Amino acid sequence: MNKADLINSLYVFMLAAFIGFEVIRRVSPLLHTPLMSLTNALDAIAVVGAIILAGEHKSNLAAVLGTVAIVAATSNAVGGFIITDRMLKMFKSSRTQKP
Amino acid sequence: MIPGSEHIIEITYFIAAVLFILALKWLSSPATARHGVWAGEVGMVLAVAGTLLYHGIVDYKWIAIALVLGTIIGVPLGNVAMTAVPQRTALSHAFGALCVTLVGTSEFYLRAPNIAPFMMAVLSLEVILGGLTVTGSLMAAGKLQEILPQRPITYKGQNFVNLGMLLVAIGIAVYLVHDPSAMHLYPVMVGIALIFGVMLIVPIGGADMPTVISLLNSYAGLSAAAMGFVLNSKLLIVAGALDGASGFILSVNMSKAMNRSFTNVLFGAFGQVQTSAAGAEAEARSVRSATPEEAAAILSAANKVVIVPGYGMAVAQAQHKVRELYDALTKRGVDVKFGIHPVAGRMPGHMNVLLAEADIPYDKLLDMDEVNADMPQTDVALVIGANDVTNPAARSDAGSPIYGMPILDVDKARTVMVIKRSMNPGFAGIDNPLYYVDNNLMLFGDAKAFVGSIVRELSGGGAHG
Repeated sequence: MNKADLINSLYVFMLAAFIGFEVIRRVSPLLHTPLMSLTNALDAIAVVGAIILAGEHKSNLAAVLGTVAIVAATSNAVGGFIITDRMLKMFKSSRTQKP
Repeated sequence: MIPGSEHIIEITYFIAAVLFILALKWLSSPATARHGVWAGEVGMVLAVAGTLLYHGIVDYKWIAIALVLGTIIGVPLGNVAMTAVPQRTALSHAFGALCVTLVGTSEFYLRAPNIAPFMMAVLSLEVILGGLTVTGSLMAAGKLQEILPQRPITYKGQNFVNLGMLLVAIGIAVYLVHDPSAMHLYPVMVGIALIFGVMLIVPIGGADMPTVISLLNSYAGLSAAAMGFVLNSKLLIVAGALDGASGFILSVNMSKAMNRSFTNVLFGAFGQVQTSAAGAEAEARSVRSATPEEAAAILSAANKVVIVPGYGMAVAQAQHKVRELYDALTKRGVDVKFGIHPVAGRMPGHMNVLLAEADIPYDKLLDMDEVNADMPQTDVALVIGANDVTNPAARSDAGSPIYGMPILDVDKARTVMVIKRSMNPGFAGIDNPLYYVDNNLMLFGDAKAFVGSIVRELSGGGAHG
């Protein structure tokens, strides 16, 4: 990573952190549990780094650790999206609920 | 290799980043929240598909096996009971951090000793945060699942030991920044981070879990963002920053709701002082108790009822009986609302999920400020399985360990009824003066059975209506 990349990355981090704060502050406390499970699932995007490690096979260690990392991240993504959707499905307002 | 695949990958990553931000934006209201999940899923699938086009990939076999295996593990983890969501969440923090730590470790051994100082610093941050989150989250999950003892375990000099370990790990990181060829030090650094994670959670009790889970969430996010710097992946930086910000906001919320600072949660070992004193004192003062028939009569005569559920309600699996109570009272024209304390349950927002699962409409679930404003006009406040969050000592008794913590002012309602098994103090082991005030009635019994009897009284011919 050269200096320009580094500065770019720092800008991206700074802006994303601000967006994160502003967007997440508006999430109703009602939905804080789904919020946590969803951000957790999104965090599993780290799987892309693991896929490259496992696929490039630059060393046996990297390939093994990469493969385990794919398993961990994939289970997070799959489990996280499923449970978030299950939770959100349950939230109904009294207006829509009454016949 | 597919020509131009580099650009395709970059574009899928960019779209994924946009979708991730939209996903969180849509989560702001229950009406649009499910779009958020879809946006997240589409973004994830796009980014993974894009990555698979990467020309450097020589072997797809293990990737495919790992993706399938991850899915097989993920599906049951997505289908746990709603009461088990806190431990599932802790476990997923551990998995996320594990992925990050493993990738960081591989990168170190692939690149060492040719690692630029800044890169080594970020990599160290990645694996130290990742490592402590792995074991810390596993410990938290173990405590929540009650595999491990939930009482805080403390010993003399604990904070010094913990701080010392962290400093040693940071010291090694600094050394590696200067001299990345000292590769034998790397496993020591990661090892200390792993042990530190365990030690960090050992002194933390169940009541502090909401804060700790949020904090671990934040660490998991930050370590992923650090990994983004190492791999020069802007998508990972964005996702990590969002996760880190979310965990941070929730931690601040939780700490405020308990009137405590982060350091106090992590280094405080909450509420193990008063356990012995509470029992003796309780004997001396008198409490008034009521039967299900009396409770049903009082409830059906009320205009406004606020139900305050706590973790005890979830433990007793009483949500569905509470829903029946809500129905029976609503049918009689009683206005029923729920007052939810931010730390009710074992993670942020947990109680709302449990009540939504029992089909209670979310517009009846009010947060602490809304409910407290209404409390003086409330006829009956019914406390089910909550204790410390209703303890008036938090307002009045400067000597109480929870003094200053914002509480639900149930004692300001005309009548308070508390369903409780016995007079034993709650999780934090703190005596609750609420039980001895004049307008309080104790309803002794199991939450589910007691609410069930009230419901039977209410629907039993309307004798008390």
